[in-house]
Amino acid sequence: MSKTVTLTIDGQTVSAPAEATVWEAAKSAGIHIPNLCHHPMLRPEGACRVCVVEIKGARSLMASCVVKVAEGMEVNTHTPEVLETRKTIVELLLSNHPRDCLACARNGNCELQKLAADMGIRRIPYAYNRPPMPKDESNPSLVRDPAKCILCGRCVRVCSDVQGVSVYAFTGRGIHSVVSPAFHQGLDKVKCTFCGQCAKICPTGAITIKSDIDKALAALRDPDKIVMVQTAPSVRVGLSEALGGKAGDIVTGKMVAALRRLGFDKVFDTNWSADLTIMEEGHEFIHRVKDGGVLPMITSCSPGWVNFMELFYPELIPHFSTAKSPQAMFGTMLKTYYAQKAGMDPAKIVSVSIMPCTAKKFEAQRPEMQDSGYRDVDIVLTTVELSQMIRAAAINFDTLPDEQFDPLMGVGSGAGTIFGTTGGVMEAALRTAYEVMTGRGLEPLELAPIRGMEGIKEAELDINGTKVKVAVAHSLKNARAVCEAIKAGNPQGWHFIEIMACPGGCINGGGQPISLEADTPKLRQEALYRDDRNLPIRKSHENPEVQALYRDFLGEPNGHKAHELLHTHYQEQCRG
Amino acid sequence: MSTYARLASPADLQKVREASKSKIALRHYDRKDSDTRFQILICGGTGCTSSGSPAVRDAFLKAIEAHGLTGRVDVVTTGCHGLCELGPLVIVYPGGTFYIRVQAEDVDEIITTSLLGNGVVERLLFHGRTGKTPRKTYREMAFYNLQHRLVLRNCGRIDPEDIEEYIANGGYEGLVKAMELGPEAALEEVKKSGLRGRGGGGFPTGRKWELMRAATGSPKYVVCNADEGDPGAFMDRSVLEGDPHAVIEGMLIGAWCTGASHGYIYVRAEYPLAIKRLKVAIAQAEQMGLLGDHILGSDFSFELKIKEGAGAFVCGEETALIHSIEGKRGMPRPRPPFPANEGVWGKPTVLNNVETFANVAQIITGGSAAYTALGTEKSPGTKVFALTGKVRNTGLVEVPMGITMRQIIFDIGGGIKDDKKFKAVQIGGPSGACLPESLLDSPIDYDSLKSVGAMMGSGGLVVVDEETCMVDLARFFLTFTQAESCGKCTPCREGSKRMLEILERICQGKGKAGDIEDLEHLAHTMQQGALCALGQTAPNPVLSTLRFFRDEYEAHIRDKKCPAKACTNLLEYWIDPAKCIGCGMCARACPVNAISGEKRQPHVIDTAKCIKCGTCMAQCKKIQAISRR
Repeated sequence: MSKTVTLTIDGQTVSAPAEATVWEAAKSAGIHIPNLCHHPMLRPEGACRVCVVEIKGARSLMASCVVKVAEGMEVNTHTPEVLETRKTIVELLLSNHPRDCLACARNGNCELQKLAADMGIRRIPYAYNRPPMPKDESNPSLVRDPAKCILCGRCVRVCSDVQGVSVYAFTGRGIHSVVSPAFHQGLDKVKCTFCGQCAKICPTGAITIKSDIDKALAALRDPDKIVMVQTAPSVRVGLSEALGGKAGDIVTGKMVAALRRLGFDKVFDTNWSADLTIMEEGHEFIHRVKDGGVLPMITSCSPGWVNFMELFYPELIPHFSTAKSPQAMFGTMLKTYYAQKAGMDPAKIVSVSIMPCTAKKFEAQRPEMQDSGYRDVDIVLTTVELSQMIRAAAINFDTLPDEQFDPLMGVGSGAGTIFGTTGGVMEAALRTAYEVMTGRGLEPLELAPIRGMEGIKEAELDINGTKVKVAVAHSLKNARAVCEAIKAGNPQGWHFIEIMACPGGCINGGGQPISLEADTPKLRQEALYRDDRNLPIRKSHENPEVQALYRDFLGEPNGHKAHELLHTHYQEQCRG
Repeated sequence: MSTYARLASPADLQKVREASKSKIALRHYDRKDSDTRFQILICGGTGCTSSGSPAVRDAFLKAIEAHGLTGRVDVVTTGCHGLCELGPLVIVYPGGTFYIRVQAEDVDEIITTSLLGNGVVERLLFHGRTGKTPRKTYREMAFYNLQHRLVLRNCGRIDPEDIEEYIANGGYEGLVKAMELGPEAALEEVKKSGLRGRGGGGFPTGRKWELMRAATGSPKYVVCNADEGDPGAFMDRSVLEGDPHAVIEGMLIGAWCTGASHGYIYVRAEYPLAIKRLKVAIAQAEQMGLLGDHILGSDFSFELKIKEGAGAFVCGEETALIHSIEGKRGMPRPRPPFPANEGVWGKPTVLNNVETFANVAQIITGGSAAYTALGTEKSPGTKVFALTGKVRNTGLVEVPMGITMRQIIFDIGGGIKDDKKFKAVQIGGPSGACLPESLLDSPIDYDSLKSVGAMMGSGGLVVVDEETCMVDLARFFLTFTQAESCGKCTPCREGSKRMLEILERICQGKGKAGDIEDLEHLAHTMQQGALCALGQTAPNPVLSTLRFFRDEYEAHIRDKKCPAKACTNLLEYWIDPAKCIGCGMCARACPVNAISGEKRQPHVIDTAKCIKCGTCMAQCKKIQAISRR
């Protein structure tokens, strides 16, 4: 039990844990203090000074995001002095900020814009005189527009403290300070994994998701194309937030309906190919255990993590599962299996995916991702882009009926749905591997030790007398710790490891709606667990459409054809 | 470099002290005709080195040999005497004859007159304010008479690259005494001395050490802030160059009192001589066992490293400095946590500046009572100032706290150059304040300065005369601070730039109504909202000039005039027809042919063409028909 202190905020008596900041204490008491550089995912920085408050006895105003509470402290959050100072600070930021809000990707959900609106700023007192700064559009995932950067440093902190990648740093001094990758290079030239956490945490339009909406619209307008779409597990628990709903809403049916109204010819479920991934990856693991293959085996469905490993730990490539990601497997199957079944010319198929992830855009354009003979996935849209398309099409999302996915690749199990959260791939894999190896169903089905938000989780499972040790890590900083442990000889004796690049997994991916609430990832995770519980099928190998695929097209899991179409290889990326 | 034997105990140190006393025995004022042994002390500070003291030293060495004086005359390179403007400085002992601006060709005459004979080379003496009264030694000079050289006591008097000279003059006695007293009692002594941080903030050193002593965590670090960044300030540099062991000894005592085992001296890379002397001093102290493991045979160990800063003003701020030591970008972070709890590498750390540490050994050796007898009740001791600007004797001065600004500027500094009128003095560096004549008699101590909106700062004193525009001066200092802002917090990064833009506009004659209020508003936002002291104090020059010289701002904005006639955009050059003799010199010299007139007739300047370079005015020096208006 941590110590509790009592303080007064705006005359109200507030109790807070001794380690809480004034900002947190105020929030818990229902008092909102505006801020910019702080984010619940990050260590507080106290840089923007928008959250200044008056603390009795202090020489100057204090940044509430960093000041810790103290017994008897007297805080005032909205004296005229405080409000005036905050307003001046926001005016100063606006002065050197481009004035093209109306055409900005963040129009309507920009934190700076909101502050200006809330504060009633009607005049920007100083001239805009920043020198022109070129945009970085060097890569398929992210766009950096340094002119819109307000130097809050969130991207710097998320990339270094959460992801352990440290692509960004401050350079220059004073008014010439900028946030930039090394030597002002494009993100394609440095060791960026394209995880997109920077874009998700940026308060303005300085880092945004590279939009492929226009490509999608062009395909939908083209009468010669058959445009088919897959939707990743975590999209269904994130999409609603960007359309006025709340964190944790499950909107699978409305999402399917919306995609049909946008003009997609078929709407499928990536959960189906997540189950397929389990079949391949699970069997690969069984083979490795039985045949003395390289262990621990590590999952490979998170493309940010794949990039990380290829950039930082190429020596661990043999540990990687060769199974492609669900997105990639789906793309290959769409233009082979489905085309064959439906009697379509795969050349006419445009394969679109809706992903919670910016790195998926990078994955889709990797040269090896064309085992179907065509580009397996042509266009990757993030959850945020889909919500934009729905708004642009003036679709009233709330009133849409719940619709079903199209058949053949539209059934997904509960195991497939939990792919969207940290621990989910491992749990799904063990549900199948355990049953395949022991002939008995896993009991209980839900693996509590690898659920939740702990950075690195471990579990041990007795499979036919063998103690199988598994680990689950999310966020690249934890991934790095796991890699180091493997390099040090795997003292924990892990057999199987799941790694996801983003903190919390795909539910909190770089393409998911922006949230300033600390509990959002948790609520999305709980929604996926709920979705799993409510689905009639909860194990991948019991998915009838996956069973049909093996029966009608692929043959055995890990068989020759499956290997040709559903497995890939990795190689060191030399950047930065 | 000579090597020194390891000292196994305080008694060993005492033996070295006794044995080394002969090295400094000749340095007294009592010159007798019968003297046959001499020491020539040549200043080797940065100022004198750049004005040629190494060549003078070589000339002395040659001449000594030529005169057959080898073995009877030592040439000793010392640290700074403070009168840098008059260098290279040479002192001949015994007698202490103080020669200024000595060049290689003067060396023979000095040897013949001052060494072979008991005379002085009068033309090389300092001649005082009137230029008529030769002063033979320090003791006859007002510049030194009013000073109290405690921190600077060894500067210019010992060879900073010879630890034995430092020891001979009482060096490391403070450390021995502190070790005898024990950490608590020694710390108590520092507390009782009332020593306050000389880096600017004035936080009581003893209290800071006490917090550090109480902090848990290991190892603990003692850090010396030698990132002296104020333009025109060179107090710390001079101490490091002239008496590096005083700083090392202060740090050792700090480590002893607080339980630290590791230390850094963070010194800016622009101080190569200070770094060299520090390296020599650390190496010698290590050889003697005064640094490293088992100091003087005890269980006390202290490892000291130098960290060179890359020249950012903000790295003088303690949290930025800590980041810089750790190899990170020098950006401040909010406090708390204070370094005493979370400093270098997250460990308890105490930071003090060079001058603070240089006081410590004296406090322990002489006792806190002797120390508090100096200075004022709340600001005991002395303060070193770098006196610069429009003052006759610029240089480094050390004065007891409580002395008035007038005494420093007029008695020690010799008043304003060229008999111009005093206008203001900027105290506390670029974040300090400009004080007008009406405050010249207020005492200099932490609290008095604070009460008039100024601050002690690290000790820069820039004197300006009637020809300096106060708006332009504020603009100058803000140009510096805004360029040195780390860019982290909004008020400093954006606010300082916007303030500067307004000041630039005012100086260009484009000021408008409301500018003063905007300046005050932004200044207030920075003071209240900025993250660190750099941003919070950067508006000080603007606020203090607005407070004491508001009329100058108003003249610029309202009348488009610069009363000091310094802002070129607001003045014009003008030929007084009553004075002009029509010689045509100005017209010939004008680079843009803006001056016309018939021979022997008054000339006129075409102000549309004039680029205000001032060449014509310089040409007309004799007649003085041209002026600015």
